Amino acid sequence: MNGTAPPTLEVRNLRTHFFTRAGVVKAVDDVSFSVPRGKVLGLVGESGSGKSVTGFSVMGLVDPPGRVVSGEILFQGRDLTKLSEEEMRDLRGNRIAMIFQDPMMTLNPVLRIDTQMIETVLAHARVSREEARQRARDALGMVGIPSPEERLQSYPHQFSGGMRQRVAIAIALLHRPELIIADEPTTALDVTIQGQILAEVQKLSATTGTALIWITHDLSVVAGLADEIAVMYAGRIVEHGTVAEVLDRPLHPYTVGLIGSVPSRNRRGEPLRQIPGMTPSLLNLPPGCPFRARCPRAAEDCREEPPMREVVPGRDVRCFRPHLEAAEEATA
Amino acid sequence: MSDLALDRAAAVPSVAQERVETPFRRFVAEFAESKLALLGLGVFVVIALTAIFAPWLAPQNPYDLGQLDIMDGRMEPGTVGGAGFTFWLGTDDQGRDMLSGIMYGLRISLSVGAGSALIACFIGASLGLLAAYAGGRTDSLIMRLVDLQLSFPAILAALMILAFLGKGILNVVIALVLVEWAYYARTVRGTALVERRREYIEAAHCLALPTRRILFRHLLPNCMPPLIVVATMQVARAIALEATLSFLGLGVPITEPSLGLLIANGYEYMLSGKYWISFYPGIALLITIVSINLVGDQLRDVLNPRLRK
Amino acid sequence: MSSATLDRPQPQAAPDAAPPMVELRGVSRRFEKKLDFAGKLARRLGAPVREEVVHAVDGVDLAIRRGEVVGLVGESGCGKSTLGRMVAGILPPTAGTILRDGRDVATLPPAEAREIKLRTQMIFQDPYASLNPRMRVADIVGEAPLVHGIVARSEFDAYVDEQLRRAGLDPAFKRRYPHQFSGGQRQRIGIARALAVKPDFLVCDEAVAALDVSIQAQILNLFMALRRELDLTYLFISHDLGVVEHLSDRVVIMYLGRVLEEAPAEEVFRRPNHPYTQSLLASVPRIEARKRAFSVVQGEIPSPLNPPSGCHFHPRCPHAMERCKAERPRLREIAPGHRSACHLNDAAAGTA
Repeated sequence: MNGTAPPTLEVRNLRTHFFTRAGVVKAVDDVSFSVPRGKVLGLVGESGSGKSVTGFSVMGLVDPPGRVVSGEILFQGRDLTKLSEEEMRDLRGNRIAMIFQDPMMTLNPVLRIDTQMIETVLAHARVSREEARQRARDALGMVGIPSPEERLQSYPHQFSGGMRQRVAIAIALLHRPELIIADEPTTALDVTIQGQILAEVQKLSATTGTALIWITHDLSVVAGLADEIAVMYAGRIVEHGTVAEVLDRPLHPYTVGLIGSVPSRNRRGEPLRQIPGMTPSLLNLPPGCPFRARCPRAAEDCREEPPMREVVPGRDVRCFRPHLEAAEEATA
Repeated sequence: MSDLALDRAAAVPSVAQERVETPFRRFVAEFAESKLALLGLGVFVVIALTAIFAPWLAPQNPYDLGQLDIMDGRMEPGTVGGAGFTFWLGTDDQGRDMLSGIMYGLRISLSVGAGSALIACFIGASLGLLAAYAGGRTDSLIMRLVDLQLSFPAILAALMILAFLGKGILNVVIALVLVEWAYYARTVRGTALVERRREYIEAAHCLALPTRRILFRHLLPNCMPPLIVVATMQVARAIALEATLSFLGLGVPITEPSLGLLIANGYEYMLSGKYWISFYPGIALLITIVSINLVGDQLRDVLNPRLRK
Repeated sequence: MSSATLDRPQPQAAPDAAPPMVELRGVSRRFEKKLDFAGKLARRLGAPVREEVVHAVDGVDLAIRRGEVVGLVGESGCGKSTLGRMVAGILPPTAGTILRDGRDVATLPPAEAREIKLRTQMIFQDPYASLNPRMRVADIVGEAPLVHGIVARSEFDAYVDEQLRRAGLDPAFKRRYPHQFSGGQRQRIGIARALAVKPDFLVCDEAVAALDVSIQAQILNLFMALRRELDLTYLFISHDLGVVEHLSDRVVIMYLGRVLEEAPAEEVFRRPNHPYTQSLLASVPRIEARKRAFSVVQGEIPSPLNPPSGCHFHPRCPHAMERCKAERPRLREIAPGHRSACHLNDAAAGTA
């Protein structure tokens, strides 16, 4: 983090808007963050927060009526927004990979696993078929699939949901990408299976030096997995810091509310500390802080958009009235 | 991807503070997005109005033999006949004004088409709903009947039924209903099988609502979208089928010609240069069917749940 | 509520004498996929097709006392939703009996059966599929009370308003259709619909699983407030141990159609007995955790079509013995109110 090597990914002032019939939806509005080599960033938010659109923007997979309106996406110093579709395709699946919530986004239901994996290898690497097969086998072993040689000859429907997600992760790993974007990959899985996959991913990110963006709505998942957390609300990152800082001493009222809503953070049987109201519509969102209608600390000046600023050394928050007393209390 | 969809979903509706957005209004707005479909609908409305008000619009009553003058037979379009008005589309061999003939023919074609489609829809939808809800043997029996029905070419089945029943408008309608009900039954059963497993039907059971109410107030309304699409397409099909039957001489009686019969009447004169006797009814039939299908296509796009976000 | 207390004169004075509000005795549910004609023919010719039978729920005994919140936990395929539907009376069991206030619901005369059925209502998982998209909110909520004569037509509007307000919704929106509401609001509509027939028992099937965290907290708080207000009893079905821990008095753990463990909530989370419960608790991501190695249960959840012999958990169990493959462990009491189905307890009892 001390700034000698450039981060694997640096996103600056990204704006991705959807131009719908009803008006402009600012799904991602001025988002900046960076992920260094070998680190895990947890991108956390509720539905409609723009966390997935951020991931899709980096991958260059935003479909009309949406498009990246402005900002820079620097991958190892190269601005991805300026690349041609062909150059982007060459990067995707090769040096940047994505894992989706539904593994069938990656897998083709009518092709055998080996066919799909070998094709993926050959698409970006000049190796023999035998070598490609070897790589596929290794990748399956890496994500903890038993007897990979046999499993290579199966079709996706012969796998369970958890196994399918493992195969999708193995495909993402085939080219040892520098960056993996994972979009809620364990949300649809059972707890024990999720635990298995999280354990594998943790091992992988520690050993391969791949930068990882883990998009999720579940704070508990990133608590054990990520190095840093960025909390998104209404298309903006409202708080960014290390896991310990954000989860133990949240500064933004939204983060405070979100953590307070988690049942285990409350006394058993007592009412949960809830955030009132609901997520605002991003369509024609009025100016100002988008959280102010639900915020217990909102005041007159919140009608203006708070900028992202460093309120405590190393802590970026988009709020005029952060919970500084909590932070001071902790340092005192 | 689902989250992306959610992102958009959360962004798009949920406003509508001013007025209640009923499913129907939303449907109308989405339908109106296709200009072609609107054109189709417009044309169809004009055709339907023409058919309904034919007795007041048509220069002549082509069914009243007293008004026909054999001397006006096979006149070219644009000639002025003995009764003092212009035959804009010419006359047929009996001196019938083609324009009036087409207007009255549309009446027959449309009412036979729409009537048979409605009756078939009612019968088919009820049977399909019953099959889906009852399941087991009832389901098997109804669906084997459907299979049997659908394995016959419609025109062949209709010909056989008419050969048995004889000519006449009512018999044509019966034949068309017998040929078409199976499509509705299959459509409704398919949708109902999906819908009845949804949680709102379970909730209705949990609330101990009477079976009849669950069927007709909960299940059936949610099976309507595909049914409407099929019904629209089937109206067009029924009109075409009726025209075919009449053309073959098995349909409506010769004294009250539908479009198909008008075409058949002019058929023998086609090669002798008197094209208009067949040509204009053919055009009318074509426009009618195309306009209905344009509407049906857009209905399918708007109502198809799989294309929905 | 008042009628229920009138039926049984002294419910508070002698709680042990009163039968449980809901009791399941050996309840099972099989789903069979019969072979069609082609399948039968294929089998005659030697093809390896067979009739598929799933024991979704396999011999479950369970008692729920009045005023209790029972959490039912399990992973996919464990039969928790099927069990919930049988308790709610919308799916008949293939074996066993369900008793409501001590009376077998299968043998009740129709009028009483309907009345009993109304007293148990269900809250569903999917806020998008659980409301009829072609009905207005007022009709969704008010239909059943009107049909069953709970409310007169003249009082319909006021009654619906009251239900909506109680579920935290503005009655001004009752002319709207479900698609105009967010997920959390739809779930409130579902709750208002259930409460409108005056139930005393709610079966919540993953009722907050589809909601965002902040909305989930709102709905959970609503459930808790309603429990106090209306004296409700809950069967709370969830895969989310955090939610169940927070809400429940007693927790039941299911795996492949069977109950493996049942105990007061604090007991389950502090002293889980069954190896499956232990590994389940270890797998749950916790917000308190920091960069740590996730502990892992071996293997996958077996298909309910072909469950393992003996104890269903033995292929994944770190303590599995020969006996576990052959013999189904019985659910038996290992401490007051704490039941577990594991052969290890026999061994422990034997050596002690």
